[in-house]
Amino acid sequence: MTAKLSADNLTLIRGERCLFEGLGFALNSGELLLLEGRNGCGKTSLMRAIAGMLSLETGQILWNDVPVLKQRQTFHGALVWLAHRTGLKGDLNMLENLHFEESLRPQSDREHEEVFERLGIERLRRLPLRSLSAGQQRRVALARMLLADVPLWLLDEPFTNLDREGRKLVMQLVEEHLAAGGMCVMAAHQDVEINAPVTKIHLQ
Amino acid sequence: MWKFFHQLASPPHFYRLAAVFSPWFALPGIALIAYGVYAGLFLAPMDYQQGDAFRIIYVHVPSAYLSLMAYMIMAISGGIGLIWRIKLSHAVAAAAAPLGAAFTFVALVTGSIWGRPMWGTWWEWGDPRLTSELILLFLYFGYMALRSAIDDTAKADKASAVLALVGVVNVVIVHFSVEWWSSLHQGQTLLKKGGPAMDPGMLYPLLAMILGFTFLFGSLLLRRVRTEVLFRERRTRWVREMVLSPEGS
Amino acid sequence: MNESIAQQPGIFSGLWATARRDLLLAWKRPGDVLNPLFFFAMVCTLFPLAVGPSAAQLEFSGPGVLWVAALLATLLSLNSLFLGDFEDGSLDQLLVSPQPLPVLALGKTLAHWLTSGLPLVLVSPILAMTYRMPWSVVPVMMLTLVLGTISLSLLGSIGAALTVGLHRGTALLSLLILPLAMPVLLLGANTVSLAAGNDIYSTGIWALGAYAIASLSLAPYATAAALRISNE
Repeated sequence: MTAKLSADNLTLIRGERCLFEGLGFALNSGELLLLEGRNGCGKTSLMRAIAGMLSLETGQILWNDVPVLKQRQTFHGALVWLAHRTGLKGDLNMLENLHFEESLRPQSDREHEEVFERLGIERLRRLPLRSLSAGQQRRVALARMLLADVPLWLLDEPFTNLDREGRKLVMQLVEEHLAAGGMCVMAAHQDVEINAPVTKIHLQ
Repeated sequence: MWKFFHQLASPPHFYRLAAVFSPWFALPGIALIAYGVYAGLFLAPMDYQQGDAFRIIYVHVPSAYLSLMAYMIMAISGGIGLIWRIKLSHAVAAAAAPLGAAFTFVALVTGSIWGRPMWGTWWEWGDPRLTSELILLFLYFGYMALRSAIDDTAKADKASAVLALVGVVNVVIVHFSVEWWSSLHQGQTLLKKGGPAMDPGMLYPLLAMILGFTFLFGSLLLRRVRTEVLFRERRTRWVREMVLSPEGS
Repeated sequence: MNESIAQQPGIFSGLWATARRDLLLAWKRPGDVLNPLFFFAMVCTLFPLAVGPSAAQLEFSGPGVLWVAALLATLLSLNSLFLGDFEDGSLDQLLVSPQPLPVLALGKTLAHWLTSGLPLVLVSPILAMTYRMPWSVVPVMMLTLVLGTISLSLLGSIGAALTVGLHRGTALLSLLILPLAMPVLLLGANTVSLAAGNDIYSTGIWALGAYAIASLSLAPYATAAALRISNE
C-alpha cells in the first residue's frame, strides 16, 4: 500500500520570526525526507507542523492528497513521532510504558522480545525508566517506534544520546522500514548516510 | 454587501474606516450623555424612597450594562476569530477587555455609593447584582492576565478566546446562582427589575444615558482597535508606508 | 511494514489507557495524592484558630469552611494535571495520538478526580465531625462534594490546559478558575447549610448535578482546544 506525504507553499511565522516561506515537498513510500540545518533554524517547528501541531501561515500538509487537518485521526494513526523529549514516563518501567502505547495505535505483530533484543534493552524490562541512562531511554523510545504498525516515521534528532553503535542501528532500522514500504521524515544536524532515495530540505 | 464585510476584515481598510466612523459615534454619545446628565440631575423627579441618592443610577446602570456588553463583544469576536481565523476579530477582543473592565469597576464603585445610604455600609455582599459584578471583574482580570502571560500574540489571541467563551457561559450561571444565594440570605437588592414602572421623567434620562454610553463605548472601542491594529501590523508595508508618508495619519 | 489490517483501537480505549497510566503514576508517588488531603485538613484547622472555637460558630460556618477548603485543595492539585506530561513530552504524544483529544483529556481528568476529589470526599466526614456537623447532614455534604469536585476537576482541566507551561502558570491558574468555581462553591456550601437547617435542599442538588453533567459534556472539548492552542 503506497502512501504519500506532500506539502505546498508552507510558511511559518513564530513570534515575530518567519522561519520558512514557500516550502514544498513530496514524499512517497520508501523515501526519506531529511531536514537539515543548525539548531534553532526551524527543523523541529517544521516537524511539528508536519505532525499537525502547528498552524501554518500559508499552505497545508497533505496525506494521500487529503489535508491532514481534515483527517486528523487517520493521519495520526498512520504515524509515530520520536521527539527530542521521548514522552515516556520515568516512574514507569518499559513494559508499563509500552502497554500504554498499545491502546493508542495499531501495533505490529513483531515479538516484543525480538525488538528488545535487537535494541539491546531486554534486561532492563522491570526497571523504572528514570534509572536508565539517556541512551537506554532513547532505545526504549525506538522500541515504541518499532512496535507500532505505521507507515510514517517522524524522527526529530534521533541520534541524540546514542553512541556510534546506536546511530548505526537507527539508520539500519530506517533503511529496513523504507525497504518495507514505509516513509520517514528525519531532522538531523549531522550528516546522514543511507541506502535509499533521499530528499533534502535545508533550513536556515 | 459581502465585499464591504470582507474589506472590513482587512486591517488597512478597517484602520481607515474606523477613523471615519469614530466621530460619528463620539458626538452623538457625548450629546446623549450631556442631555442625560442634565435631565437626570435636574429635571427628573426625586425618588420617593431614596431621595436624591438614586440619581447615581444614571452612571451605574449604563456602566453595568456596558460591562456585560463588552464581555459579550469580547467573547463573540474571540469566537469569530477562533472559528473563522480573522485576525482583526482578535484585535477587537483585545481592545474591548480593558474598556469592559473599566466599566465594571465604575459600576462597582457607583453601585457601592448608591447602596451606602440604604445599607449603612460601603459594601453589601448580600446584593446579588453587586456580587455578580465583582465576579465579572475577576473574569476580566483573568482574561487580561492570560493575555499578558502569553508572549506570542496569535497564541494569546486563541487562548483568551477559549477563556472568554467559557467565561460567557459562566456569566449567565453566576447571575442565576448568585440571585438564588441572595434570596436564601434575604439580601437587599438595589434595583428591582420588573418592579413598578419607572416614572417617564426618570426613565428618559436613563435611556439617554444608556444609549449615550453605548455610543461612547463604540467610539472608544474603535479608537482602541485602531491602536491594536497598528501595533499588530507594525511590521507590514502598509503601516510603514503610512507612517513615513507626509500625511502620516 | 505489515500489509494486514492492523487492529485500530476503539474510541474509548484512550480514555481508560490515559486514566490507567495516571493512576499507576499516582500509585508510585502517593505523596502527590496525600498533599492536597493534608492541605484540606490544614485549611479546616485555620478557621477555628483564626476566629475561635465557639461551638455555635463552628456549626454555623462548617459547610462553608469545608467547601472552601475542598475548593482550595482541588485548585492545588490541578496544577500538576498536565505539567508532568508537558515536561517529559507526553503531552506532545497525546496531541499526535489518533484517539480524539477530548477523550484523552477526559481520561486524565477522571484520574485526577479519583486521586484528588474522591479522597477529599472520603475524608470529609472526619473534618465535618470536628465542625459539629449533625450526622444526618454529612451524607448531603458528601453528595455535594462528589458532584462539586467532579465539576471542579472538569472546569479546572480547562484552566490547567490554558496555563500549562506558562511562566507563573500556577498563580494564573487560580485566577482563571476561581471565578468559574464560585457558582459551584455557592451551590454546594449553601445546599449543605440548608440541609443543616432542615430546609428543602433539593434545588441545590439538582443544580449541582446539572452542572456536573454539563461540565462532563462540554469541558473535555474546551480542554482539548486549549491543549492544542497551548502547545502550538
